[in-house]
Amino acid sequence: MLKVRNCESGYGRLRVLKGISLHVSPGEIVTIIGANGAGKTTLLNTIAGIIKPGSGEIVFHDKDIGSLSAEKIVALGCALVPERRQVFDTLTVKENLILGAYLHFRKKRKKEALDELQSIYSLFPVLKQRESQLAGTLSGGEQQMLAIGRALMAKPDLLMMDEPSLGIAPLIVKTIFKTILTLRDNGVTILLIEQNAKAALNIADRGYVLETGQVVLEGTSRDLFDNHDVQRAYLGKDYKKINE
Amino acid sequence: MDVKRYRPIAVLLIIIVFIQLICTFTGTEFFLTQIIMAAYFSLVILGLCLLMGHAGQISLGHAGFFAIGGYTSATLTTINLIDIADSGVAGFLKGAGILFLRKDIYGEEILSFSPWVAFIAALVVTILIAFLIGIPVLRLKGHYLAMATLGFGMIITTIVRGTRIFGEADGISSVPAFDLLPVLRVTGKSIYRIENYYIAWFIVIIALIISLNLINSRVGRALRAIHGSEEAARAIGIDTARYKLYTFVLSAVFAAAGGVFLTHYNGGIGPSQSSVMKSVRYVAIVAVGGMDNIWGCLFMGILLNFLTLRGFFGTLEEVVFGGILIVFMLFFPRGILKPGMITSFRNAIRKCGLKLFRMRGKSKQNAA
Repeated sequence: MLKVRNCESGYGRLRVLKGISLHVSPGEIVTIIGANGAGKTTLLNTIAGIIKPGSGEIVFHDKDIGSLSAEKIVALGCALVPERRQVFDTLTVKENLILGAYLHFRKKRKKEALDELQSIYSLFPVLKQRESQLAGTLSGGEQQMLAIGRALMAKPDLLMMDEPSLGIAPLIVKTIFKTILTLRDNGVTILLIEQNAKAALNIADRGYVLETGQVVLEGTSRDLFDNHDVQRAYLGKDYKKINE
Repeated sequence: MDVKRYRPIAVLLIIIVFIQLICTFTGTEFFLTQIIMAAYFSLVILGLCLLMGHAGQISLGHAGFFAIGGYTSATLTTINLIDIADSGVAGFLKGAGILFLRKDIYGEEILSFSPWVAFIAALVVTILIAFLIGIPVLRLKGHYLAMATLGFGMIITTIVRGTRIFGEADGISSVPAFDLLPVLRVTGKSIYRIENYYIAWFIVIIALIISLNLINSRVGRALRAIHGSEEAARAIGIDTARYKLYTFVLSAVFAAAGGVFLTHYNGGIGPSQSSVMKSVRYVAIVAVGGMDNIWGCLFMGILLNFLTLRGFFGTLEEVVFGGILIVFMLFFPRGILKPGMITSFRNAIRKCGLKLFRMRGKSKQNAA
């Protein structure tokens, strides 16, 4: 479904991604783990078209999307839940969601979008309760749900999530990760970025480990879980004292 | 169609008529002159309200667009082509209504472009310039955008003050009346005052309807999304660059239209209309009106411009508007007029009414 080949990208003259290759097949949950500054967010923003790739190839649905604008990529069925949620604070929950269906919400397809709204409400009932509340007044977890719901309103085939657990109570994190599994069962393919490596590997089929802009390791979640380096670097096992 | 959306406009119409009747009956019709001028200025305010409050982009160059509109129209309607009047082209253009012949106050014949043609030309020029400026400038954000638009405003001032055809520091005078229809003309002559009062409001209401429809549409939501977070707006598929640009152009067109009509009404335009202080004033009024609140901006646009034109602030005018901007940014960044204000005001009156009613009931009981 998504293939990234040798992708380089960055900000201005700063090169963050130094030739990344990965792929996501339909129906998978793929996670990308890595430390701060490894380039996880840059990678997602590059795929989403918010940053233009410097070189390399990004293919989605057999189409090269590297040179397309962000809105065209959304139209092709690839939606992003941005880092730190970025809900529209001054708009109501409902308006936020309707904006998610922005590309569909034209005269003819209005009803379709409103149907989609109901399915989002059944996925996250709390959003229905908060429907007419301003998004800025929601709790962090609710905002994350709203951001996911907003991205789903575009009816994507591939949903890319940038750290959905960031700054959210552990209990809510569990709910959100459960929802990710539900989404996969509903046929949405998921590319998940996480610092919380344990939680991410728990639900993912496969994973990539990113370090300073390069993929240093890839494999099934099981393999990564058992990998000694991953355990030490991201899962906090095999603790050693430095002066030993 | 959403009838509820237009209810406030009906109320506005009643207020407009009411003000005219009061002024006529109290013999203070001269107030209407300043209201007319304030109404034309409020076109700029409405456009700026869309740009600042809804799309979230600041412009310190809107007096520049106002001047582009006014000057284009003034130049085309005062340029004298009498020397080529006998040529075939001029004859054809005259026949087509593009050129028209008139006599100035000294009885000299002047052949110039008709106001309608000049009006359309002014809008076209504005759209072109707004696109040219907007495409590079709207890539900037915050202070940088403010600086760039400020620079644009200063360039326009310098150009109009230094160019012979624009009358240099004197500006352009003896601009003819604008005959909207054969019987309706935009002119400052006092016998046409009441007629012009309604023309001005009619134009403002058209701008209002355009604005309200825009705000309450899919595009309006997209604009507010851009205001909230541009990155997230792009992530859900909004072409942010295009909407920012279109809003910029639309607000420039509003400003230019205001410039055209006011120039015809005043019979002239001077370089001070393009000054940076004018732009600051427009931004200040939008800030006071509540940024994204169209009605607040309209009300403040009329009120503050009216007070200025009446000389209420005297020579301290610019100090007042600068001060307003500082105070509002510090203490009321969302303006003082809030959308829910009318409702809460109504509720408060209702409560008072109920209290009075109860008190009266009690006093009656006591009396009995």
